[in-house]
Amino acid sequence: MGRNTLLTLRNTGIAMLMLFEAFRDIPYMISIRHRHDVLHQQFLTAIKSLGVITVVALFTGMILALQTGLELRRFGQEVYIGSAVTVVMLREMGPFMTALIIAASVGSAMSAQIGTMTVSEEISALEVMAIKPVRYLVTPRLVAMITMMPLITVYTNIIGVVGGAVVGQTQLGVSITAYMDNATQFAENKDLYVGLLKSVIFGIIIATVACHQGFSTTQGAVGVGRATRKTVVVSFLIILTTGYMITRLFYQ
Amino acid sequence: MIRFEQVSKRLGGRIVLDEINYTIEPGETFVIVGASGAGKSVSLKHMVRLLSPDSGRVWVGEDCVSEARGDNLDRIRERFGFLFQSAALMQWLNVGDNVGLPLRMKKDMSDDAIDELVREKLAMVNLAEAFEKHPGELSGGMRKRVGLARAIITDPEIILYDEPTSGLDPVTSRTIDQLIDRLRVELGVTSIVVTHDLHSALAIGTRIAMLNEGKMVEVATPEEFVKSKNEFVQGFLAAQYITTRGDWEKAESA
Ligand SMILES: Nc1ncnc2c1ncn2[C@@H]1O[C@H](COP(=O)(O)OP(=O)(O)OP(=O)(O)O)[C@@H](O)[C@H]1O
Ligand SMILES: [Mg+2]
Repeated sequence: MGRNTLLTLRNTGIAMLMLFEAFRDIPYMISIRHRHDVLHQQFLTAIKSLGVITVVALFTGMILALQTGLELRRFGQEVYIGSAVTVVMLREMGPFMTALIIAASVGSAMSAQIGTMTVSEEISALEVMAIKPVRYLVTPRLVAMITMMPLITVYTNIIGVVGGAVVGQTQLGVSITAYMDNATQFAENKDLYVGLLKSVIFGIIIATVACHQGFSTTQGAVGVGRATRKTVVVSFLIILTTGYMITRLFYQ
Repeated sequence: MIRFEQVSKRLGGRIVLDEINYTIEPGETFVIVGASGAGKSVSLKHMVRLLSPDSGRVWVGEDCVSEARGDNLDRIRERFGFLFQSAALMQWLNVGDNVGLPLRMKKDMSDDAIDELVREKLAMVNLAEAFEKHPGELSGGMRKRVGLARAIITDPEIILYDEPTSGLDPVTSRTIDQLIDRLRVELGVTSIVVTHDLHSALAIGTRIAMLNEGKMVEVATPEEFVKSKNEFVQGFLAAQYITTRGDWEKAESA
């Protein structure tokens, strides 16, 4: 038990150092010569999971609308699903759902790729060529996460709100105009900004966990599988706890 | 040029290197042979601090590479080219970008100048036509040669080859041997070659060393090596049909 705690602390330290180094090299990697690597990662991050995200966001909005709508109908207040869905999407479900899906799809792919590179000596090859693996591999992924996570989250929010509107219209008899009026009346800018802040932090968490697990991979293909699984599990845990803490911080 | 001083290394609970001592002179082609698992790749990795010794030191010229860090270590590593046993190419880059990677990341060269150099080196390993291909589309032997082109792209003074000709047909193998020998004769490059192919070892080596169970059991010129009385060397020679009469010849330098 004591040994595991020490090991976790040590790994956290290594991951934080890696993150620090990656941040420091951002100016270098976004220079014209190397921008290509960053753009490529941004493309991968945003495009790879857009399909899944659309479906998940749509149904998240629909479920939120249906559940709250059925309760609200008992008081004849169905129209309030507009603000209920929008506020919950912006503050909580948008960033949260986006982060979970990106961690499971993009994060796991990241750690599998870096893990494979580690066990097949490609990381060693970079080191011998005096190319810093963190600069070359982590920084572009970190920048991609920081820039794309808020964008994808906004997309998730929009689709979720649309999903809610569809359910409102078809199941609860709330017109689109009434739904939108109610939403804009109660949702605040603060909700959006806190959500976007969360998404950026979640992005940093995913990139850090995925790259750290990738670099710590040992023992061939089995190790790559283990690193991928750990990436998903560890990111989920950290995203959940951090998400709660950010909510606590801004909404007392 | 490179000196191992009482180097010992334990890996996975086994002693892989056991108080190794030897010196490689500048301009040598130093060939290391030995059974699978003898510690040949581990030795090469010590020269660029991918591994560091449990005890003892490794020197590159005046620098103690086994204790170097940071920029100091990078400066030492930039003197080396390293062909990995697995070639270690970046799977998502095409052949040209793989070979040019060290230049693109480290040097202020224009993309055109890099491309030109890359084509030149690819031609040296008979792969001029593979520029646009991805590593996944290449055979093992071709990947090895791409790795070789990458190892020599920066014109390093020391080149480490981990089984440069394994998996190659005999004709291509001899081309690679001639390339290694040409780099020594024309540019004075110091080479350390790990190989199982004794014919190529005898052809290109200025000295041949035999590793066995973590010990250097023989270090000798090719002429002496074939006459060695050491039982492991004898076994190794016999297994590749080389007799003590020494029926082998030196590689021709272009
Ligand atoms: N990272 C590592 N962890 C644990 N053991 C290792 C590691 N690297 C090498 N070894 C062990 O060290 C020994 C020597 O390995 P090395 O790769 O140097 O062999 P080799 O002489 O290059 O063999 P081959 O001709 O098959 O390439 C082997 O027994 C191997 O199992
Ligand atoms: Mg080896």
